[in-house]
Amino acid sequence: MKIMEKKNIYLGISIVLIVISLLSLGIKNFNYGIDFTGGNILQLKFEKNIDMESLDKVLEEIEIGYPVLSSRKVQISEGNVGIIRTPEINELEKGNILAELEKKYLKFEIQKSDKIGSTIGKELKWKAINALLIASLLIVGYITIRFEFKFALAAIIALFHDVIITLGVISLMGSEINSPFIAAVLTILGYSINDTIVVFDRIRENLKKNPSKSLGDIIDNSITQVFRRSINTSVTTLLAISAVLIFGGASIRTFITALLIGVLAGTYSSIFVASPVVDMLEKGEKVTLK
Amino acid sequence: MEMKKSLMVKIGLIILIILGTGWLTFFKETRLGLDLKGGVYVVLEAQATDDLKVDDEAMKRLIEVLDRRVNSLGVTEPTIQRSGDKRIIVELPGVKNTEEAIKLIGKTALLEFRMMEDGEMGDVLLTGKELQKADVSFDNLGRPQIAFELTTKGAKVFAQITRDNIGKQLAITLDGEKQTAPTIQSEISAGRGVITGQYSVDEAKNLATLLNAGALPVRVELLETRSVGASLGEKSIAQSYQAAIIGALLIMVFMVIFYRLPGLVADVAIIIFAIISFGTLNFVDATLTLPGIAGFILAVGMAVDANVIIFERIKEEMVLGNSVLASIDNGFKKAYVAIFDSNITTLIITSILFMLGTGPIKGFAITLSIGILASMFTAIIVTKLLLKGFVYLLKVKSTVLFGVKEVK
Repeated sequence: MKIMEKKNIYLGISIVLIVISLLSLGIKNFNYGIDFTGGNILQLKFEKNIDMESLDKVLEEIEIGYPVLSSRKVQISEGNVGIIRTPEINELEKGNILAELEKKYLKFEIQKSDKIGSTIGKELKWKAINALLIASLLIVGYITIRFEFKFALAAIIALFHDVIITLGVISLMGSEINSPFIAAVLTILGYSINDTIVVFDRIRENLKKNPSKSLGDIIDNSITQVFRRSINTSVTTLLAISAVLIFGGASIRTFITALLIGVLAGTYSSIFVASPVVDMLEKGEKVTLK
Repeated sequence: MEMKKSLMVKIGLIILIILGTGWLTFFKETRLGLDLKGGVYVVLEAQATDDLKVDDEAMKRLIEVLDRRVNSLGVTEPTIQRSGDKRIIVELPGVKNTEEAIKLIGKTALLEFRMMEDGEMGDVLLTGKELQKADVSFDNLGRPQIAFELTTKGAKVFAQITRDNIGKQLAITLDGEKQTAPTIQSEISAGRGVITGQYSVDEAKNLATLLNAGALPVRVELLETRSVGASLGEKSIAQSYQAAIIGALLIMVFMVIFYRLPGLVADVAIIIFAIISFGTLNFVDATLTLPGIAGFILAVGMAVDANVIIFERIKEEMVLGNSVLASIDNGFKKAYVAIFDSNITTLIITSILFMLGTGPIKGFAITLSIGILASMFTAIIVTKLLLKGFVYLLKVKSTVLFGVKEVK
């Protein structure tokens, strides 16, 4: 395979995707769930068929006594389930609102009731950024020890490529993000680096075998050798992810969607981004390997 | 002979591991997280006031009181743990009435006795600290009320108060809210009394529980509460189970189509992988959560990766014209470094997730870590043994079974 010949095209595709992602992140931002913003979410399974209009009307009546309900978001889901999102309400108010709803509307069973304080939400953002930074640093450290710094740098660039594209697509889709999304992003980090290292491992091995060849040729050779593995591993991982996406229920859909995009981006970047970047960083000077 | 002996030992060990983890998988109950079992998760923060500092001592007493309250709920595996300086995380898996449980945790439940003066409440004369015990009882009309008994010291103070204030109203308040204000008829020296509010039987029971457990030593704020109904958890388990089976089947079919004999071996390895990782999860008594299941399914996908790396290497060796057995040996040797390096970095990530994450994310980090370790074990040791075993038993000489055309 001649990846290096057309590396500008491959990198170009990545840059376009990254720019679109960054634009979406800048303009549209995320649809933050209550894990980040703080607030309440109530998921109620009603005993009879419900519709948006009637539920909303009843909530409007209750709103008179509890103005916090005025900035609610109501959603109807399959199986007579109503999902109500509101700003933070305390336990007492929540109890009263629920009691009124049952009295004025229909009987229900509480499937889920979460309240997140705004302090917790703010902390979560910091925790996420921290985790991302610590993970990046440790990975750079590990790859520098096992390979060399240029490889580490290229791996991190590939990694940010994958994370930014995943964030961008989720932002474009407008999916609501909550704390499991952070786990998804970090997992993508793991997957992406895993994939990239398999390619790097081949480059390292081939460099040792043919110290006289140009790095570009060695990269092409190495990618050809691991190409099938990269595709097959992506296929098996994607099969697993798709199964969860289709059958795993709605509550982890954003989490799984993020993984799906991340795996696709990760496979692309390990072949078309990481190695060309190593070559560019190299710019002709000889690579020394540990 | 020597070779054979060490091989036998290896096979014996692997069978032992599979049997052990298999037993753990099928006979030990898995600890389910709140999102799967239903239950309550609460993060509360102690609030300092002008005259009350939040120090270690206060936190210790706070945990003790919470412990007593939670015990009254009859939850099988409650956890109450301190998190940071001022926070406590309470988890009550399987608790039925989630709303009541949250109320029970967050209430300060400070009982106070004050005299009513001109319709206003006066100074606090006695508090719930002097309470010996509280019980639900019923008045003549069958309405629930709370009967209380004071400590010896409390009884003396109570006798004094009632003696001095006959004919006046005595207010009993809970967290500053007046519950009842009966008029004192005569001195009460036995230290017993009843609180009659407009309670339902459940409310009265909860109140008695709260009073017995004692008031929280500091005011707390509920920063985060999450509750999941049991039925939703059951639905999630059923859905994930289905997703896991279908995902695994798809992968297994793919592997056989693409890798033939080694694919079949990888499929056996996947089953062994599933048993080992699930058994390990049960062994360390880790909690399985919904993202945790996703972590497992993801691990299956990644577990195959190690096999794919190895098989591709073996194929390469065969294309070079090596014999089947030599190709297997060389392939494993060369694949090992890549598998090791790539999995270590993923483990770095899961460790960070474990340290920084809460509940469900921790569950995800645990299952993914176990999955990665188990996948390395099965790919490097089990697959190799199985593959060589097959080749040996079936006397495979041709590389066609590996999806490689015969090299002449």
